Amino acid sequence: MGAPQWPGDIFRALVDLGVRQVAYVPDAGHSRLLDLCAGEATMTMVPLTTEEEGMALLAGAWLGGQRGVLLMQSSGVGNCLNMLSLVRTCRFPLLVLVTMRGQEGEANPWQLPMGRITGDLLRLQEVFVHAVDDEARLGEVVGTAGEAVFAGPGAAAVLIAQSLVGVKTFED
Amino acid sequence: MNSTRAESYPLRRRRVVASLLADRGEMLVVAGLGTPAWDATAAGDHALTFPLWGAMGGAAMIGLGLALARPERRVLVITGDGEMLMGLGSLATIAVQAPANLAIAVLDNERYGETGMQATHTAHDVDMAGMAAAAGLPVTGTVESEAGLEAAMMALRGAGGPVFYTIKVRAEDLPLALPPRDGVELKGRFRAALLGQKA
Repeated sequence: MGAPQWPGDIFRALVDLGVRQVAYVPDAGHSRLLDLCAGEATMTMVPLTTEEEGMALLAGAWLGGQRGVLLMQSSGVGNCLNMLSLVRTCRFPLLVLVTMRGQEGEANPWQLPMGRITGDLLRLQEVFVHAVDDEARLGEVVGTAGEAVFAGPGAAAVLIAQSLVGVKTFED
Repeated sequence: MNSTRAESYPLRRRRVVASLLADRGEMLVVAGLGTPAWDATAAGDHALTFPLWGAMGGAAMIGLGLALARPERRVLVITGDGEMLMGLGSLATIAVQAPANLAIAVLDNERYGETGMQATHTAHDVDMAGMAAAAGLPVTGTVESEAGLEAAMMALRGAGGPVFYTIKVRAEDLPLALPPRDGVELKGRFRAALLGQKA
């Protein structure tokens, strides 16, 4: 099996959306997409110390007329809950790409609590959630979710299923 | 902890902020929640000031996103010690990006002003300017009196940054000066003033 196509599909969707600031806490599942973005001259990579920084960053980007995207794994969603009040109260656009942990096959029990409530937490803060487990649809979903986010403006998260990201086995 | 020293600090926050914002030109301003937002409003409500009523810990990062988006404009974040303490990691994130046009002024009264003037960590001598310097910000300092204030304000307004200054200000109760509360309005007026009506 070759390298999956979906990171390239998402990357092209982000280029088409005019995304300029790519904020992230790294995840293994995002590594290929991050490499593609880092190689794109129009995108500025902004590594974060915690995911909520990205929500504030992208609010500032929008105030300045730029679009951005925020990448994290599911455990990071819990770090963002209060900062989502900024997004909601001011109706800032927010596009979040979440690689899922804590789903089937998860070998780290510490990932289970957040993985099981990731979508619900986002919905409670009025983020529109697209859970995707069909890799052929990921690029299209990111594109349509992003168009809605920046036209709204509103907030949307695309949850990328662990079955697409792969399971960390903790074996040598 | 020194629980009373801030009550006798000579610098007064309203005058410091009024000076920082005088003849502000094209400067873009983010004001952290609580008293810094009231200070900025007391100096004159302005479409290109984005005052926060929440998002504690996010002011410097909003400034970073803005500074990266508009590298030709000076971006000044005016915030408090409690607000900055909640987002210390952002100093590392800002150091990595190193935008020359970003400056952060922390008005440090060593208190959580909006919740009853409880001591913050800076009352225990935590040195945030030292943290900013250790993160790698090129221009940092702490000002405790008139001596050095002018140089700090010059750096905050124009030095190649990122710039970070702690300005020790008197712990005092001041009249409220409230900006609009509607976040959609605050966002919309800022974008319209900066980007034109197409925003």
